[in-house]
Amino acid sequence: MDVLCIIFPFRSSIDNWECVGEEDWVDSRTIYIGHKQPPPGTEAFIQQRFPDNRIVSSKYTFWNFIPKNMFEQFRRVANFYFLIIFLVQLIIDTPTSPITSGLPLFFVITVTAIKQGYEDWLRHKADNAVNQCPVHVVQHGKVVRKQSRKIRVGDIVCVKENESFPCDLILLSSSRDEGTCYVTTASLDGESSHKTYFAVQDTKAYNTEKEVDSIHATIECEQPQPDLYKFVGRINIYMDNEPVARPLGSENLLLRGATLKNTEYIYAVAIYTGMETKMALNYQSKSQKRSAVEKSMNAYLVVYLCILISKALINTVLKYVWQADPNRDEPWYNQRTETERQRHVLIRAFTDFLAFMVLFNYIIPVSMYVTVEMQKFLGSYFIMWDDEMLDEELGERAVVNTSDLNEELGQVEYVFTDKTGTLTENNMEFIECCVDGHVMRGAAGMDMIDTSPGPEARVSIACSEHEELFFRALCLCHTVQVKEEETVDGIKHGIHQGKSTSFYISSSPDEVALVEGMKRLGFTYLRLKDSHMEILNREDEIERFELLEVLTFDSVRRRMSVIVRATGELFLFCKGADSSIFPRIISGKVDQVRARVENNAVEGLRTLCVAYRPLSPEQYEEVCHLLSGAKLALQDRDKRLAEAYELIEKDLILLGATAVEDRLQEKAADTIESLHKAGMKVWVLTGDKMETAAATCYASKLFRRNTQILELTTKRTEEQSLHDVLFDLSRTVLSLSADYADYGLIIDGATLSAVLRPGQEDSNSGSYKEIFLEICRNCSAVLCCRMAPLQKAQIVKLIKASKEHPITLAVGDGANDVSMILEAHVGIGIMGKEGRQAARNSDYAIPKFKHLKKMLLVHGHYYYIRISELVQYFFYKNVCFIFPQFLYQFFCGFSQQPLYDTAYLTLYNISFTSLPILLYSLIEQHINMDILKKDPSLYKDIAKNSLLRWPIFIYWTILGVYDAIVMFFGAYFLFDNTTFTSNGQMFGNWTFGTLVFTVLVFTVTFKLALDTHYWTWINHFVIWGSLIFFVVFSLLWGGIIWPFLNYQRMYYVFMQMLSSGPAWLSIILLITAGLLPDVVKKVIWRALWPTTTEPSVGTLPPSPPPSLCCLRPPAESVSNPALLEVTLCLSRHL
Amino acid sequence: MMASSYNAKEEDGHPSGASNHGGAGATKSRKPDNTAFKQQRLPAWQPILTAGTVLPAFFVIGLIFIPIGIGLYVTSNNIKEFEIDYTGVEISSPCYSCAKNFSSNNTTPCLCFVEFTLEQPFESNVFMYYGLSNFYQNHRRYVKSRDDRQLNGDLSALTEPSKECEPYRKSNGLPIAPCGAIANSLFNDTLELYHIDANGSRNIIPLVKKGIAWWTDKHVKFRNPGGNSNLSAVFHDTTKPENWRKPVYELDTSDPDNNGFINEDFIVWMRTAALPTFRKLYRIIQKKSSTTPTLPSGRYILNITYNYPVLSFDGRKRMILSTISWMGGKNPFLGIAYITVGSICFFLGVVLLIIHHKYDTRNNSSADIPN
Repeated sequence: MDVLCIIFPFRSSIDNWECVGEEDWVDSRTIYIGHKQPPPGTEAFIQQRFPDNRIVSSKYTFWNFIPKNMFEQFRRVANFYFLIIFLVQLIIDTPTSPITSGLPLFFVITVTAIKQGYEDWLRHKADNAVNQCPVHVVQHGKVVRKQSRKIRVGDIVCVKENESFPCDLILLSSSRDEGTCYVTTASLDGESSHKTYFAVQDTKAYNTEKEVDSIHATIECEQPQPDLYKFVGRINIYMDNEPVARPLGSENLLLRGATLKNTEYIYAVAIYTGMETKMALNYQSKSQKRSAVEKSMNAYLVVYLCILISKALINTVLKYVWQADPNRDEPWYNQRTETERQRHVLIRAFTDFLAFMVLFNYIIPVSMYVTVEMQKFLGSYFIMWDDEMLDEELGERAVVNTSDLNEELGQVEYVFTDKTGTLTENNMEFIECCVDGHVMRGAAGMDMIDTSPGPEARVSIACSEHEELFFRALCLCHTVQVKEEETVDGIKHGIHQGKSTSFYISSSPDEVALVEGMKRLGFTYLRLKDSHMEILNREDEIERFELLEVLTFDSVRRRMSVIVRATGELFLFCKGADSSIFPRIISGKVDQVRARVENNAVEGLRTLCVAYRPLSPEQYEEVCHLLSGAKLALQDRDKRLAEAYELIEKDLILLGATAVEDRLQEKAADTIESLHKAGMKVWVLTGDKMETAAATCYASKLFRRNTQILELTTKRTEEQSLHDVLFDLSRTVLSLSADYADYGLIIDGATLSAVLRPGQEDSNSGSYKEIFLEICRNCSAVLCCRMAPLQKAQIVKLIKASKEHPITLAVGDGANDVSMILEAHVGIGIMGKEGRQAARNSDYAIPKFKHLKKMLLVHGHYYYIRISELVQYFFYKNVCFIFPQFLYQFFCGFSQQPLYDTAYLTLYNISFTSLPILLYSLIEQHINMDILKKDPSLYKDIAKNSLLRWPIFIYWTILGVYDAIVMFFGAYFLFDNTTFTSNGQMFGNWTFGTLVFTVLVFTVTFKLALDTHYWTWINHFVIWGSLIFFVVFSLLWGGIIWPFLNYQRMYYVFMQMLSSGPAWLSIILLITAGLLPDVVKKVIWRALWPTTTEPSVGTLPPSPPPSLCCLRPPAESVSNPALLEVTLCLSRHL
Repeated sequence: MMASSYNAKEEDGHPSGASNHGGAGATKSRKPDNTAFKQQRLPAWQPILTAGTVLPAFFVIGLIFIPIGIGLYVTSNNIKEFEIDYTGVEISSPCYSCAKNFSSNNTTPCLCFVEFTLEQPFESNVFMYYGLSNFYQNHRRYVKSRDDRQLNGDLSALTEPSKECEPYRKSNGLPIAPCGAIANSLFNDTLELYHIDANGSRNIIPLVKKGIAWWTDKHVKFRNPGGNSNLSAVFHDTTKPENWRKPVYELDTSDPDNNGFINEDFIVWMRTAALPTFRKLYRIIQKKSSTTPTLPSGRYILNITYNYPVLSFDGRKRMILSTISWMGGKNPFLGIAYITVGSICFFLGVVLLIIHHKYDTRNNSSADIPN
């Protein structure tokens, strides 16, 4: 079959299709390198059509911008609603001019369009820069300069050092003899380390433009897919018309966006171009996360929409009831036009309904969306600016990728954290190794081989054969690269070796730590040269090993191997997690090593086991066969490779184990403790083994000494059935949960998948899930070890979907955390050492785990308080605004007569009352941030969306209705059939409306002022400023006969009103009466049912600067008993 | 009045901030300008509303509002007001026949006389109002049925009135001036007041018709097209509103400054009332001398030229005589409201005082337990 495959690739495909059916060739493409036809007899030359290499990240073109952008914008429900209102105003005769809703809508739409247009213009510019940048393409044996966008699939491209690849390429040859090149994928996944890519063995010799042009080959590979790390393909090279097939994998594929490093030039063939490159396929935006606040806001919106519709309905019905008397409908002084009269009554009723809708539509204001968005966008800058979340070492600040979720940071109930790199530094240090039970410690800076605890005396330096092998194994079995005298941004480790400085670079910090540890023990790994690894041993001799195969690491196998040849002997060295090594051991001092490994794991060290297997040439032959067979497979290659590895890595002889320490991050324990106190449940999800993870959990105070640990692991489920274990645990938890508050659960990946596995025959699985959730709910801390990346996401999903629907947050630093970061409500990435992938996919990225504390306890708390007030206040002020209009309908014959002037209707939400609430929602601090940090339990105050619950929403609405009634009827009784000027002249309906409106603006602004706890000069400026603006505007608006207006109804109305004493008195009275209940409610609630936050407000900020102390009258803090006792309260807390 | 603490920390003075500043000068300069604003540490006044702090405010409000309220109430009570309904609904009322026999094409005006007695003399200037009930001047169709351009003397609007005036825009092809429903329904009853002295003879009381409209309306907002002279020529190509008996330029032929659009009765009518029951200033009775009251107590006769039909929509017509104080006409509402709010504040102050005390003792004792 394989032979067939090689010779007749096309036909074999058919065979495969027919007999195996696994390899789905429909999804593959054939590329003719250099657009040369394959030799006759192999297959027909079918020129497939591929897109050109143009990258289009822009959304719009010049022509479709306006229609497309409009369409996009009006797809939002709110915008669409306002558009409908606007259109209704245009079409039918409505009480307010279309300007009142058209202008704000136009403003919002225009600003958004300008912003999006500008962004798109930038994208166009960037696209053009990319698409037109020159690239070198080999044509007819010559290198030709071309624009990047003109590259076609099959072109041979020449890339020079430090250039980035213009499309996805298959490496054919490089300037290096061994056909390798170094690449950094920093712009793709943030990993700045250099990765090695390999040319196809048969083409690596063709490294001039003439030669490379003479290559006659085709490539078959899968159709483009977004996974950056997966690629399978096959190249068929026709030498003298005899095709040779070679496998292609991701190690041959150079991705667009990556940059060539340390290699003079390469030749490569384009296989995916333009929008089909893996980078472009990965460009898709993430799915949108919506915060709980947004959901409540939408719920409120629906309520208000219902209120709006019912208001309009009530008024319409009442109108027709009232109008039943024709003398009311059409008295002699107020006749309809003829056309109106002829309209059918149903149409009239419908237009009346619409007109009422228009009249009351301001209850759902356009400006709320704008304000909320501005608040989120501008507010997120405070996170980025925060100096306490700046990491001096890395020079990094917190990054906000989505500002939509700011307030969700204040709502977190479950924190899922990764261990390595998140809780710990991911800065590995070699601690010790153990060979056959002899322990050697690698203290920093010196070679120490000592302190073996065992009874056996330590042997001389050149001790057993095993020890020699062990060191060599560690020096050889890795993927570390040596980088000489160059600064790279990634992981740097200086090795002062004589005069030259060199670094070890690897994607895994464990390996670097091990290789460095070996160096301290006398074995220095020098370089990889011509497939030979060079080691400087203790006698300062250079040993050379030929590197034959690398069986790379993967997280499923949890081990890696190399096959080397040393002076004729063949070895397979394997290192990996103990659980993956021990089952494959056939000899060696397993028990001693295992004891040591377990001992180390308990201390929180990361352990690896090392083993070897001598290979006979025949065995090697077989290995080669297995590997090449697997590598040649086009489909399911990973699976087949894994199977091959499984067969090769067996019959191992145990050499020893290593221990590497990964220190806890600074203040990690403190942070976890704070999160606990704040009522959050912290789960650690790690791929590490149980003992190590548990030790870290103890160190980070996730588990305390009095925590009762419940285990749900494979070990236990082997003894009992899963069913029994689960019920046992739940019984323990539930029966004792009253007095034993502190439970910790440890579960491993295998058991978890057993728990979550869908039931086979009965409905037990569902109940398993329930029981498991029940147990988890009663545990303050949960540790999940041995987790695969996808399982992490599963856990998050499980908790998310549980019946309380808690808000989840996931923190992680590596690519394996991305899935859970994307799954959780809030995803936080740590800018760690394992690349930037987590940070890029997160909603927020922070430099260190400890920053989570301020992020949640301070920023989250503030944002939540701010936005909830913003939302409630917006609805409140619009109830106040619109309800008087509703009441007025009862006194104007349900004629949709607006109470306020058009200018007031338009500007109320845009300018008179917009800035104070925006500023409030940006800088309000109801409590000092130091107190928030000190007392994490304050976080519980706002848990479960407490400020946006229905009772509070109803309170605000009732308050709004009350204020509206006070304002309307206050003015009503003042106007009732009398005058209130000293010259006896009368006021009209516009004065009535202006009076109500004046009271309204002042009341809602003062209401906000009463809610403001943090008065900076900005608040003063904005609150008083907007009131002054209202007054000045009103004076101006009524002060001139505006030539462009058809009506002059407001002429001198405001000034005439102010010239009357009773108007002033009633304004003061109505404002007082409007604010009174809220103040009383606040004070009484505070006194009788205080939240935990409130007593703390009065406490002084810790250690105020002495120079400013004098600002506060010292007598006050003493004389005020409330303050004093509050201090007591707080001291109890601490 | 409010407990407040001044949080005036500079970023450099802050202890936790200082630890971050420990880095080398090079890293410090890498930070963008680090302001108190960006660190959310602007100096701020942090008032707290507690029972203790709000208490004094309530007492103060109570103490201020109650006297004001009493003052307002007394002032309102001292105002003299007399109101008489002359609609003529009942057979016994003098205007019954006028009301019943009303028809719009009746050319001869219907007259009726209403007798009334003032129990008390009206000392200061007396303001005479007419009041209408159940008249929806604030109906939307009605409110917008006017053309402010036309009323402001715009010649183009005079001949081509705004569409808002429909169906009172044109009549027989000629533009109506002033157009619209408001102008069309101008109140056109004429009221005259006679005092019957001890001898039984009638003395007409002089009614001043100037100063009843807003000054700004009269002088800026309303203007005759082409000045105040020769109005009939200007209005030549227009026609009078259908309900009017005479054209706009004959509203007050005696005084050119009160004729046409700037007729004060017209201007007063054009300011649409806020509520369906309203009154409008009709005339002012000036006080003649400081010794005699403007309107001494005694018998009076109101002479009505009954032109304005209200019965069709179940309306009422009234005549009101009122004196005016600095706070306007008789309206006890403001005084009562002030007294009420003031008392509530005072009462709440007392309640809060109790709460404040209880709350303090309760919390102090509970705070003592762990100590």
